[in-house]
Amino acid sequence: MSERDRQAGLRESATFDRQTIQEIQRAAATGIYDIRGFGAKRRVPHFDDLLFLGASMSRYPLEGYREKCATDVVLGDLHAGRPLHLEIPVTIAGMSFGALSAQAKEALGRGASEVGTSTTTGDGGMTDEERGQSRQLVYQYLPSRYGMNPDHLRMADAVELVLGQGAKPGGGGMLLGQKISDRVAAMRTLPKGVDQRSACRHPDWTGPDDLAIKIEELREITDWQKPIYVKIGATRTYYDVKLAVKAGADVVVLDGMQGGTAATQEVFIEHVGIPTLAAIPQAVQALQEMGMHRRVQLVVSGGIRNGADVAKAMALGADAVGIGTAALIALGCNHPRWEEDYARIGSAAGFYDDYHEGRDPAGISTQDPELAARLDPVAGGRRLANFLRVMTMEAQTIARACGKSHLHNLEPEDLVAITIEASAMARVPLAGTDWIPGRGGPGF
Amino acid sequence: MKTVSLAEHTVRELNQMLHDQARQLTEPEWLITDPDGRHAIAAGLDQELAITIEGHAGYYCAGMNQRATVTVEGTVGVGVAENMMSGLVRVRGDASQSAGATGHGGLLVIEGNASARCGISMKGIDIVVGGNVGHMSAFMGQAGRLVICGDAGEALGDSLYECRIYVRGTVKSPGADCVEKEMRVEHREELARLLQQAGLDADPASFRRYGSARQLYNFKVDNADAY
Repeated sequence: MSERDRQAGLRESATFDRQTIQEIQRAAATGIYDIRGFGAKRRVPHFDDLLFLGASMSRYPLEGYREKCATDVVLGDLHAGRPLHLEIPVTIAGMSFGALSAQAKEALGRGASEVGTSTTTGDGGMTDEERGQSRQLVYQYLPSRYGMNPDHLRMADAVELVLGQGAKPGGGGMLLGQKISDRVAAMRTLPKGVDQRSACRHPDWTGPDDLAIKIEELREITDWQKPIYVKIGATRTYYDVKLAVKAGADVVVLDGMQGGTAATQEVFIEHVGIPTLAAIPQAVQALQEMGMHRRVQLVVSGGIRNGADVAKAMALGADAVGIGTAALIALGCNHPRWEEDYARIGSAAGFYDDYHEGRDPAGISTQDPELAARLDPVAGGRRLANFLRVMTMEAQTIARACGKSHLHNLEPEDLVAITIEASAMARVPLAGTDWIPGRGGPGF
Repeated sequence: MKTVSLAEHTVRELNQMLHDQARQLTEPEWLITDPDGRHAIAAGLDQELAITIEGHAGYYCAGMNQRATVTVEGTVGVGVAENMMSGLVRVRGDASQSAGATGHGGLLVIEGNASARCGISMKGIDIVVGGNVGHMSAFMGQAGRLVICGDAGEALGDSLYECRIYVRGTVKSPGADCVEKEMRVEHREELARLLQQAGLDADPASFRRYGSARQLYNFKVDNADAY
């Protein structure tokens, strides 16, 4: 509440605050739920609620600018003949051509390739731009199968079988008519201008037993050379991870509720799924109980923003992370340079989330040729590479301070929580205690 | 003709032999014996091969087929010819769920019956079924033609896009946004060609045509009851 409101004796309801009132009024006026992009904006326990215990007397740190702290990771070596070797453990998560412009997809490929990591296709298939610029490209296999082509499957470096995503576990993709250009329509075999509400279930398998047979088919078609990832939205993570591994996944991609989306109902984004922080320990427990931790790799996404988040996710047991929203911001999304244009469409730099409208002033989440031309794929790729390098160096800085010569050597013992909620979810002690809520122990 | 017994070879060995033909064609005709319901038989082909499977096949037989002609002298499991791009797949017996799912091209002929979700999310494939199809067939069908010489189950063509459906028998119920449409001359000619290609004897004049009403292509609040 502002000082002016207070002085005027105005009291805002905690239950019916201004935003809630505005949403009721909007729904009453339009008769449709609010759709937007980005990810969950509500505050949930997150990596900010964790801190590292740097080395001191009982732990031995590494020299920050001299001693080696390796960052490489191998993904998919359990069954695949050609696993992915990444130089850094930060990958680019799946985002579709259609949701993003061709220039944005190219820029993602350029940035990722420059630092030796992978990028991922999305709903709608593989474009020449992203295959051409991505040294290591993961091909998503989604319920809609838009643009699904066995030639692309064979051209990919890995296959990601998508069961769900953190922003909308249980929901399918959404690409509204205003973003369906001729090219997007042709790739998806749909009429131009149709609202594309992608399927949420795969059309030719149901349940984990079928999934095992589907994975077998994909391996047969790719001659057992490509790693098979299984991507899940974070909900019943413990069970989902066990079932994915049992079905034969080489890699589990776990996307928490803070994960981004190009378009989904606001109610879905904010009210379905669990925070990334709560999901990681469940996944790690499942893998450990199966004797598969580090053998089946765990890639975590959903709200990864900096090197500290990378280090914390890995300390909790992830082998690598994926970024989507942060990568778009690195390309130029929400940049103050376009402030006037944001204002013109009723938004502002730092708040823009209407990716579904296709009017992105930064030229990223659009199919408008004039807007898309605003993003130079080479310059965008360079910005992304810079950002990925900074994230990696930040994670290394923390790892060295904890005495680790490889990011993978970070462990839960290096972490404490500063809130009870984060402590319970991440299963690390509350700072200054040896207490983890729900885990027993002597208490304060 | 090269004969491969799946009692003596694994599916992996068979598929590798078939995939090798995409690089160098040395054996255009193949006979696969003792399939015994194994999965992913002849999946991922990309060559003009003629393959006969002597018996029953499991899931995803001829999955993602390109250019090859595959004939199954028996029944097939879930997802026969799923995501087929081109070529011809013929099933002499019945097919389980999701036959021809998401197929982009080619022709799938099922001489017997097909179970639920036949042609689900089809994107250009042509499917001709000699018998009946189960519920939710052609669900979200985007393109291509589904010909049903027998009866169709519930919710035929639910959430249909531009796929065309021809039915000779009864339709238990059309799905959301699926309606019966006029059978014009060009449709009868198209249907006659499909039946001829499939080798099925049926009078095109005895079929009805179903397609999308196109009322749900863009969200309108007045259509909320349909969702």
